[in-house]
Amino acid sequence: MIAHSVFFYIFSLIAIISAVMVTVSKNTVHSVFFLILDFISISCLFIMIGAEFLGMIMLIVYVGAVAVLFLFVVMMLNVAEQKGQWFSSRWDGGTHIPVGLLVSLIIFFELIIVIGGWKYKPDLLNSLSINISTEVTNTRSIGNVLYTDYILLFQISGMILLVAMIGAIVLTYRERAGVKRQSYIKQISRERDEGVDLVEAERNKGVKIDA
Amino acid sequence: MLSIGLGHYLTLAAIIFTIGVVGIFLNRKNVIVILMSIELILLAVNINLVAFSIFINDLSGQIFTLFILTVAAAEAAIGLAIIVVYFRNSDTIRVEEIKNLKG
Repeated sequence: MIAHSVFFYIFSLIAIISAVMVTVSKNTVHSVFFLILDFISISCLFIMIGAEFLGMIMLIVYVGAVAVLFLFVVMMLNVAEQKGQWFSSRWDGGTHIPVGLLVSLIIFFELIIVIGGWKYKPDLLNSLSINISTEVTNTRSIGNVLYTDYILLFQISGMILLVAMIGAIVLTYRERAGVKRQSYIKQISRERDEGVDLVEAERNKGVKIDA
Repeated sequence: MLSIGLGHYLTLAAIIFTIGVVGIFLNRKNVIVILMSIELILLAVNINLVAFSIFINDLSGQIFTLFILTVAAAEAAIGLAIIVVYFRNSDTIRVEEIKNLKG
């Protein structure tokens, strides 16, 4: 129990500090690396609390895909090093800083008030809950539900990923002039009549091709 | 203090959520950092869902976290594509110079 709480505090401290560093650091590459550290520590928390499948998925999806995507874009756009402070502005002379901090503090204290004064009912959602059984592993119980009860949502999320992929390709696609490309429509709509020419070849003379 | 309950996880999620909101509010330089702040906010929501799911002993929260992961990945891909296109058109992604919408 003590080890559990000690590790909870360690991981959450790392998560909070790296979240602050994501927003504060001047170099965008450093921000991406702190984002990766944040996701790693949160997935450690997930594994500790007993949701090991989600922790691993978090590592694969975020650290393996999303963070690398961010890193690619930062490198590609050459915007890594920012000049001057990250929050200074040329236009309003920095008046947005106290206002933004105030609104954020209000949001934080609202969340804390909600958490502190709140008790959930023990029989909450009793009728429609999917109880976590202790006999099978976390991954197996998620799989039991995900492909049966939630199959429509699962397929819709696949459609969302497909739409996102097509959208990203369409947005960043750029047609350049002077590049020879394959035209599939032209290729597959060729008929035999225009492709093949039957000629009467004279004996010992052959046929002129590039006539 | 020593036994970790639901409140600890919810407080951690609230802190990370607030840091994400601060990152969106105060940033005047870099749109990519704003996208990363949005990822932090989604992460805080995921922590809430998983903590509730474990402490109420209900698996639905973890399933919804899975779907939130999907949507977050799609959102990151689209957002980064938009940033790339904007950088190609106007050679800057500084927030204070993006004024096409007069915002």
